[in-house]
Amino acid sequence: MDACDGPDCRETIKELDTFLDDELSDGARLAIRNHLDGCTDCLQAFDFHAELKQVIALKCHNDEMPPDLLLRIERCFDTDFDGDGNIG
Amino acid sequence: MADQAEFAAEAMQYAPQLYSAAMRMTRNRADAEDLVQETYLKGYRSFHTFTEGTNLRAWLFRILTNTYINKYRAKQRRPEETELGEIEDLYLYKHINTSRDSGLGRSAEESLMEMLPDDEVKEALEALPDAFRLPVILADVEGFAYKEIAEMLDIPIGTVMSRLHRGRKAMQKALHDYALARGLVSAETAGPGSDSPVQEN
Repeated sequence: MDACDGPDCRETIKELDTFLDDELSDGARLAIRNHLDGCTDCLQAFDFHAELKQVIALKCHNDEMPPDLLLRIERCFDTDFDGDGNIG
Repeated sequence: MADQAEFAAEAMQYAPQLYSAAMRMTRNRADAEDLVQETYLKGYRSFHTFTEGTNLRAWLFRILTNTYINKYRAKQRRPEETELGEIEDLYLYKHINTSRDSGLGRSAEESLMEMLPDDEVKEALEALPDAFRLPVILADVEGFAYKEIAEMLDIPIGTVMSRLHRGRKAMQKALHDYALARGLVSAETAGPGSDSPVQEN
C-alpha cells in the first residue's frame, strides 16, 4: 500500500527542512515520523537530504587553519594594553 | 583582567570553526584570517558584555557574522534576492532519482556524495549570494538553530527559513550541474514526473 497518495506527503515534504534542522515541536515531529514509517517515498527523500546535509557540513568544514594564526591572535591580546581592541 | 584571561582560555578552541566559516564567507585566506583575528580582538575587548553560562560559540559567531557583514560585504555588489531564480524543490534528489530509476540503485546517490570533491561543494556554497550563503553556512555547516541565526543576522525566523530553503536548492542545482558535467549522473532531465508526491512551491 502506498501511503503517498494523500495530502500527507505534501505536508510531510513541506516540513523536510524543519524536520532535518530539528526545529519541529515534539508533536509535529512525531506526526512526520509516523508518516515516514509508512511511506517509503518520503522516507527516501528525507534520508537523501539528511545525508546531503551531512556531506555539506563535512566538506565545508575542513579548512586547515594557518598554524600561526592562533599565535598572532594571542599576540594581539598581549599588545592590546589599554583594552580598546587596538594594538597598543 | 581576569575575565579577559578567561576569554583567551575559553574562546581559542573555536578558532578552526570560525576560520572555516570565515573562508566560506570571504572566499579567500587573507580576508578569512583578518576576519577571524578581528573577531577575536572584538570578543576580547567586549568579553565583559558576555553573559556567563550562555553559548560562547554562538556569541563568537555573531561577532564573526556582524564583522563580515559590516566590513567585507560592503566591498561587494549588493545581491538581489531574486538573483537565485526559481528552482524546483528537492532539485538534486529528483534529478538523481533518474539514475536510480535507470537501475543504478541507491548506491548511485551514495557514491555521488562521495564523488563530489570538497572543493566543488565549497564552491557551490560560496557561489550563493550573501543573503543565502550566510544562513546556509550558519545552519548547515555550523549547525545553529533558526533562532540563533535570526539573532546573528538580525532578520525574522521566517526569513531565515525561506533563505535557507532557497539557498539549499541553488546549491543542489550547482552540485547537479557539476555532476552532469563530469558524467557522474545521467543527462536525462526528466524527474519522477507527475506521479511525484512533491509539489513545486
